[in-house]
Amino acid sequence: MIELDGVSKWFGAFQVLRDVRLRVAEGERIVICGPSGSGKSTLIRCINRLEEHQEGRVVFAGRELGADAAGLTEVRREIGMVFQEFNLFPHLTVLENCMLGPVRVLGMTPADARERAMEFLVRVRIPEQAGKHPAQLSGGQQQRAAIARSLCMRPRVMLFDEPTSALDPVMIKEVLDVMNDLAQSGMTMIVVTHEMGFARTVADRVAFMDEGSIVECLPPDRFFTNPADERTKRFLSQIL
Amino acid sequence: MIPGRTRARLGWVDAAVLTAVVVALGYVFHRVEAVLEYRWDWSAIPNSLYRWDEETGRWVPNLLMQGFFTTIRLAILSMIPAALFGAVFGVLRTAGRLFPRLLSRTYVELIRNIPPLVFIFIFYFFISSQIMPVLGVEDFVRRASPATLRSLELVFGPAALIPNVISGVICLAMFQGAYMTEIVRAGIQSIPKTQTEAGLSIGLSRWELWRRVILPQALRRVIPPLAGQFITLVKDSSILSLISIQELTFLAMETAVSTTRVFEVWITVAALYFCLCYFLSLLFGRLEKSAAAARA
Ligand SMILES: Nc1ncnc2c1ncn2[C@@H]1O[C@H](COP(=O)(O)OP(=O)(O)OP(=O)(O)O)[C@@H](O)[C@H]1O
Ligand SMILES: [Mg+2]
Repeated sequence: MIELDGVSKWFGAFQVLRDVRLRVAEGERIVICGPSGSGKSTLIRCINRLEEHQEGRVVFAGRELGADAAGLTEVRREIGMVFQEFNLFPHLTVLENCMLGPVRVLGMTPADARERAMEFLVRVRIPEQAGKHPAQLSGGQQQRAAIARSLCMRPRVMLFDEPTSALDPVMIKEVLDVMNDLAQSGMTMIVVTHEMGFARTVADRVAFMDEGSIVECLPPDRFFTNPADERTKRFLSQIL
Repeated sequence: MIPGRTRARLGWVDAAVLTAVVVALGYVFHRVEAVLEYRWDWSAIPNSLYRWDEETGRWVPNLLMQGFFTTIRLAILSMIPAALFGAVFGVLRTAGRLFPRLLSRTYVELIRNIPPLVFIFIFYFFISSQIMPVLGVEDFVRRASPATLRSLELVFGPAALIPNVISGVICLAMFQGAYMTEIVRAGIQSIPKTQTEAGLSIGLSRWELWRRVILPQALRRVIPPLAGQFITLVKDSSILSLISIQELTFLAMETAVSTTRVFEVWITVAALYFCLCYFLSLLFGRLEKSAAAARA
């Protein structure tokens, strides 16, 4: 469903992504890990074109992402994204955060959008927070609200950029539980995370990134026990 | 610092400062009384505020109060176009395209780097010779029916001065609009980029993103500094006296000359400005508090 083909990107003279190749099939769950500054965020932001790549092709569901702005919003509504810092809209309630996309992008009636929003707030287990503003929620609740906001668009893929890095342990579990549920439901997911437990149990493949390239991308049993590359081994010995 | 409100105890520093202030004030009064030999005479003041009109048999505003009301009118009337300029140019200033950004930047820099007085002299000449005839204000006022004239007078003050007031409003609005542009720009730019990214990632179009995410948040941040700028606008309206707009400062100069009570007139005028501006700042402070309470 997603195809990255020889993607390279530079910030000025600094090359962040080097000839990245990755194919993600429908229903597949990919975990990306790697040291800080290796380009993980940049890579998944290229998938919904929050960053522009300079070389190679990014193809989503048969459509190549380019400069065409109209096509871009079409693609973006089908790709959900969850950020490390939640990035909820602080002036709207949780419910309004979830309804904004369905009403303004999908053209749903407020009543239908509300129903859908509540459905997903129940799925992420915070229906009682619907009327509150983001600032009144704990970090874990905010992140789950952000997940619900993305899900309300009924995306075909969900991208996660270190969704639990800004949280403390109890909240991490709340969020991971929701992500587990999502994986069970068959959602295609690309997750940047250092939660190796999650990678082991949920991922179909784990990719290791270093200095802008994907060093290797293997099923978790092989990734954790028998990686091919020295850098992967060193990284794993550091974080496990 | 108000001791009663902050419950701070008076230390020796406060005592020293207080003594210094009292001594300084005493010295000034001593100079005025003994050395300057200024003979205070406030008797002309009440009459220059309000006078008894024999014809109608009523108290009517005299020069100072007329000027005071014109100042209030100028402030309110120019606030609207100034905020409009500020909003439009402030948004252009953050635009992606070069031309709108350049246009708005030019406007702001031009006004910020020329003394207000000089700007107003140049601009007033341009307005009174070019814009006013085009707008046809004078003709319009002359031909207006009594009913329209009455409602015009309610908004702009005495009919004879309508073109005068409108020129003043345009000058003040152009000039204050530049400062408001900067406030609006800062407000918009204070919304983190991550909000834009979150909006784009749920597929919002540029317009919807702007309308539903950026603008509502920017507006809340911009209201308090805009209120402050409005108070500045009230004070700055006094420079319009130099292009013969008949507001408080202009009529105060006339009154000072005709009554020869220079000190008394200007102290009265200062008190009028102070009351107006202090009232506004109390009002805005209260509005801000209740808005914050409503949000929480
Ligand atoms: N807007 C930018 N301009 C210039 N350099 C950037 C920009 N964004 C990221 N970089 C650089 O690109 C490199 C990769 O950044 P990226 O955020 O993708 O790394 P990451 O793997 O997500 O790291 P982390 O684990 O710390 O989030 C870093 O060296 C970073 O300094
Ligand atoms: Mg990152």
